[in-house]
Amino acid sequence: MQAFSLGLLLLVTIFITGRGLGASGATKSGVVATVATVAPAHTQDSKFYTEFLKEHDNSPLKNWLVFEVLGVIMGAFISGLVSNRLSLTLEKIPSVSSKTRIITALIGGALFGLGSQLGRGCTSGSALSGMAVLSTGGVITMMAIFGGAYAFAWFFRKLWLYPGGK
Amino acid sequence: MGPLVPDLIGNELNFVVAILIGIAFGFILEQAGFSTSKKLVGLFYGYDFTVLRVFFTAGITAMIGVIALGHFGLLDLSLIYVNPTFLWSALVGGLIMGLGFVIGGFCPGTSVCAAAIGKIDAMIFVAGGFLGVFIFAEGYPWFETLYKAEDWGNVTLFDSLGTSQGIFAFGMTAMAVGAFWFTTWVEKKVNGKENTELQPKKLYLGLGITLFVLGLATIFMPERRTELLADAATAVSSEKIEVTAIDELAFRLLDKDPKLQIIDLRDAKEFQKFSLPNSTNFTLEELFGKDASKILSIKNKHIVFVANDEVDEKKAAYIVEELGYRNISILEGGLSLFKKEILEYNPVGEPKTRQEKDTHKFRIRAVQELPALIQSAKKSAAPKKKSTRVIGGC
Repeated sequence: MQAFSLGLLLLVTIFITGRGLGASGATKSGVVATVATVAPAHTQDSKFYTEFLKEHDNSPLKNWLVFEVLGVIMGAFISGLVSNRLSLTLEKIPSVSSKTRIITALIGGALFGLGSQLGRGCTSGSALSGMAVLSTGGVITMMAIFGGAYAFAWFFRKLWLYPGGK
Repeated sequence: MGPLVPDLIGNELNFVVAILIGIAFGFILEQAGFSTSKKLVGLFYGYDFTVLRVFFTAGITAMIGVIALGHFGLLDLSLIYVNPTFLWSALVGGLIMGLGFVIGGFCPGTSVCAAAIGKIDAMIFVAGGFLGVFIFAEGYPWFETLYKAEDWGNVTLFDSLGTSQGIFAFGMTAMAVGAFWFTTWVEKKVNGKENTELQPKKLYLGLGITLFVLGLATIFMPERRTELLADAATAVSSEKIEVTAIDELAFRLLDKDPKLQIIDLRDAKEFQKFSLPNSTNFTLEELFGKDASKILSIKNKHIVFVANDEVDEKKAAYIVEELGYRNISILEGGLSLFKKEILEYNPVGEPKTRQEKDTHKFRIRAVQELPALIQSAKKSAAPKKKSTRVIGGC
């Protein structure tokens, strides 16, 4: 059921705004805004920041995806509240130590952050939304994400499967 | 006609829309169980394919919806954002993300959801995301070659594969149904029992069939645009179309009739060189778009199609009437007659009847006053604002 709702939401989003859903773009805005505040001089001589700032009239946080992701936080929180799933936990399987889980989450996040820049979007912005508008690039990225994950899954099985169960 | 941004919904209101859409997005993802890394990576180890099924069902639902809306002329597909294709960057980026997925257990959207309900690992994943983007930003000169290589532009899959939209969507749906069935089977093998989340089966079956029928409909019902363009070529002679005489148009121009709206069908170059006041340039194809629809739907305007001859004018009039617009006419004899008889009026012999004398008198006036009008209109004409594709993406 959630699958159809998600599909319809994406369709409505495209019909209203002409663009799809996303997530990693907000991280990009966040990074540019942080660097522009902490080291304004540095942003001037780096092409990546100047290009982004030029596209956003020097207010990197005034970006559609930043607002959308703020909504995602609210929506997920409401959902967790009504379904009684709010709790502060570090989720992992028993055979993995907390330290390992923290490091893998950080590395995984960093890889996703880096990859989403090259892929011009993540699972939502490039793969899902790209598929909806039949973008060739979006579908290539989608296949690479899932294909890559399957190809690498075996090497990291100890992070997710433990002997005698799952 | 969609998209509603930026005309019906302004850019500021769009941010409010973004928050509302985000709330729905976050709520649905969390309800679908995407806020736990154990469930997310399940698909890579065969014990839980929910994520894959939700992902493909959602993608295909939206895709068929987009194709159907475009097909029936409700959404201008030339204005929506189509993620650009940079082959190598897309492939390498995707692989890196895949690696990040099995190591970190989330993707950016789901990590935000999980972090919102208190998962510490997800919060760290989000922090990692910032780090990753920062590495890319600082290493940009190094990544740039890869990032910009093999630029294919905003191509769609049916362009790349050379199939029709409908057939392509149909193939994708068939593939998804196959994957749905296969993953359910794998899940049962790995877990030794049925996935209870796929209940009630009837509901899923019903929705699946609906999608399937919609997909079929888009294949077998010809696209409105293609159909009309083809019909326009043959149907013109039988249709009764109102004709504006050249003298009448000249009179309306001299009169500065505010109701007059000329749509010029010649190519942009010719239009640039010479155009009448109050005219806008559209090709036959562009008549289906949102820009043309804006002009055509203004109430109380009298629209006159002009082209070099009547053939294109009649095609345009046919298409636009079929699209449901009224108050349309074409210019008698096309612009070539208008130029010859009005702008370059050169009387042959003495006018005899009273009507001929009146016409002669009027044309003498027109030939003196119109060129100045055309000149001043050209100077004051604002450059044509064309709606451009929405800029999206991450």
